[in-house]
Amino acid sequence: MCNLKRQLLAGPYVLWMAGFILLPVIMILYYAFTTTGGDFTFLNVSSITFSVHLKALTLSFKLALICTVICLALSYPLAMILNNMKAKSQGFVVFIFILPMWMNFMLRILAWRMLLSNNGVINSLLDTLGLPGIDILNTPTAVVFCMVYDFLPFMILPIYNSMARIQADIIEAARDLGAGNLTIFFKIIVPLTMSGVISGIIMVFVPALTSFAVSDLLGGGKVLLIGNVIEQAFMQEYNWNLGSGLSFVLMIFVIASMALMNSRGEENGAGVW
Amino acid sequence: MSKRLIDLTHISKSFDGQMILDDLNLYIRENEFLTLLGPSGCGKTTTLRIIGGFETPDQGNIIFDGRDITKLPPNQRQLNTVFQKYALFPHMSIAENIAFGLKIRKKSKTYIDDKIKYALNLVNLEGFENRNIDSLSGGQQQRIAIARAIVNEPKVLLLDEPLGALDLKLRQDMQYELIRLKNELGITFVYVTHDQEEALTMSDTIVVMNQGYIQQIGTPQDIYNEPVNAFVADFIGESNILNGLMIKDRLVEILDVKFPCVDEGFGCNTPVDVVIRPEDVELVSPEQGMLEGDVVSLIFKGVHWETEVLANGFEWLVHTTQMHPLGTHVGIQVDPFNIQIMNKPETNDEKAVESHV
Ligand SMILES: Nc1ncnc2c1ncn2[C@@H]1O[C@H](COP(=O)(O)OP(=O)(O)OP(=O)(O)O)[C@@H](O)[C@H]1O
Ligand SMILES: [Mg+2]
Repeated sequence: MCNLKRQLLAGPYVLWMAGFILLPVIMILYYAFTTTGGDFTFLNVSSITFSVHLKALTLSFKLALICTVICLALSYPLAMILNNMKAKSQGFVVFIFILPMWMNFMLRILAWRMLLSNNGVINSLLDTLGLPGIDILNTPTAVVFCMVYDFLPFMILPIYNSMARIQADIIEAARDLGAGNLTIFFKIIVPLTMSGVISGIIMVFVPALTSFAVSDLLGGGKVLLIGNVIEQAFMQEYNWNLGSGLSFVLMIFVIASMALMNSRGEENGAGVW
Repeated sequence: MSKRLIDLTHISKSFDGQMILDDLNLYIRENEFLTLLGPSGCGKTTTLRIIGGFETPDQGNIIFDGRDITKLPPNQRQLNTVFQKYALFPHMSIAENIAFGLKIRKKSKTYIDDKIKYALNLVNLEGFENRNIDSLSGGQQQRIAIARAIVNEPKVLLLDEPLGALDLKLRQDMQYELIRLKNELGITFVYVTHDQEEALTMSDTIVVMNQGYIQQIGTPQDIYNEPVNAFVADFIGESNILNGLMIKDRLVEILDVKFPCVDEGFGCNTPVDVVIRPEDVELVSPEQGMLEGDVVSLIFKGVHWETEVLANGFEWLVHTTQMHPLGTHVGIQVDPFNIQIMNKPETNDEKAVESHV
């Protein structure tokens, strides 16, 4: 009786999952492996090997990787600084970092377009200072720059969280046993924040790999990522089969990289020495 | 007497403008089991952390084996700490936890393996090398924390309420185990606790602290039998603490009744504190007693009856092996040598006494 009630309570979620997760995946799978006529085919999936698609996929990987590395390099020291601040100011700074996330994603990208454009705010400022302007709009640099800006909080927060959870007496115990600052960093802090680093990497790398809006708006049509190719297949060519085929490939890549990161995480959790 | 190993001289420490330790002087001998005992917030942990190097005193020096180590960071001091909440490294196996200090000292693999075996054997946890920290009970984790500290062969082991989180039975077992360890290893233990029974059981020397001041230093017997002031008497075991008037040598007036006692040298008509242990109060028939009163409370404690007798406006705490039912009219009798007389606090650092009694 009680069990039945609980199952009923789960009903809406089951419906949601079926309607908005399972069904789309099934549809993508269906379109990916059929022709427009509905016959079975591998062509949509194997079209990833077309040079233009491969190039887009490689570029996506490259930019996502660069973006993730920059985010990580910025976030780790930032999280450490944050963690060493007084408890009161910590909350405030975390709030500052989260604040931009409440603004619409598109608006933030558009804002950067204005800021970076040739006669935009940044260049006028540089000009009045007598410095050479920057011309990065419509280049991969601008895309990476904006992705870093957008995804940085997703890296900082999990790392900061895992760092804040390290008890002060654990650090003191290490020091008590003779550890200097370097040993404490590499043998205690790094391994204990590894879970935060891994989730940070996944939370930055995956959206960076699949994003198309940033490259659309800041790449000026010159930076073609796999996301853009898929978008075009759906929205411009109305070729749902090709779009689904490429999406399927991208999905496999995302799942594979997440699995890889997770297994690395488990390794790192254990044998530190 | 073995030599002094640690000397704390004129140590002062305040946090946020509040004085926590004020001119604390203390020495610790080699091979001694010294316990810092006192109520919560009296500065025990702070003292221990100053010895360990986790806090720097505002004033004063710490001399270790003849060397001033006041400014030396913890990782360069020849002592190890067992933390109250164990502070084991959660990402390492038990063997890795124990090996941590040895690896930093670049010991050979065989040496480390031998040491791990030896230490696990010492704390009765053979074969636990590859277990996870999470899979251990509190008592086992505490023993690993001790093993992790002693493999480094420190001259001194600092322990901050290491048994605080354990249940009574386990605490008692661990107390005996710690005494055994101390005797086997021959290292100096500095132990912090607020549990007077634990302190009495384990220590060679007890330092009773209150509000940052040392109240008394002595052996457990000294502290229990001859407390120097009312605070110590109250904190170490239960007692009846009364206001008294020293009429002359060997005669004290308590609750308007004159009691013969054995103390001398307090002068005439001097107000004093009088301490009488509950087990030293005898209940006799009303006509035989020096005071008469009625039993107002009675609790069975296993070994004895905890009886409260209201006499001359004071509730006497009495431990007896005989039961005196509620309402019984009884007499109170105290042997002269069981009456402890102590001066009322006068000087600055004795103020800590008053505020607590
Ligand atoms: N880092 C700190 N900052 C501010 N105040 C502190 C700090 N450490 C200790 N104190 C204060 O110093 C006083 C003594 O603290 P301490 O930890 O030494 O007491 P304790 O005797 O160990 O007590 P307990 O038995 O509760 O552990 C307390 O009032 C505490 O609030
Ligand atoms: Mg404490």
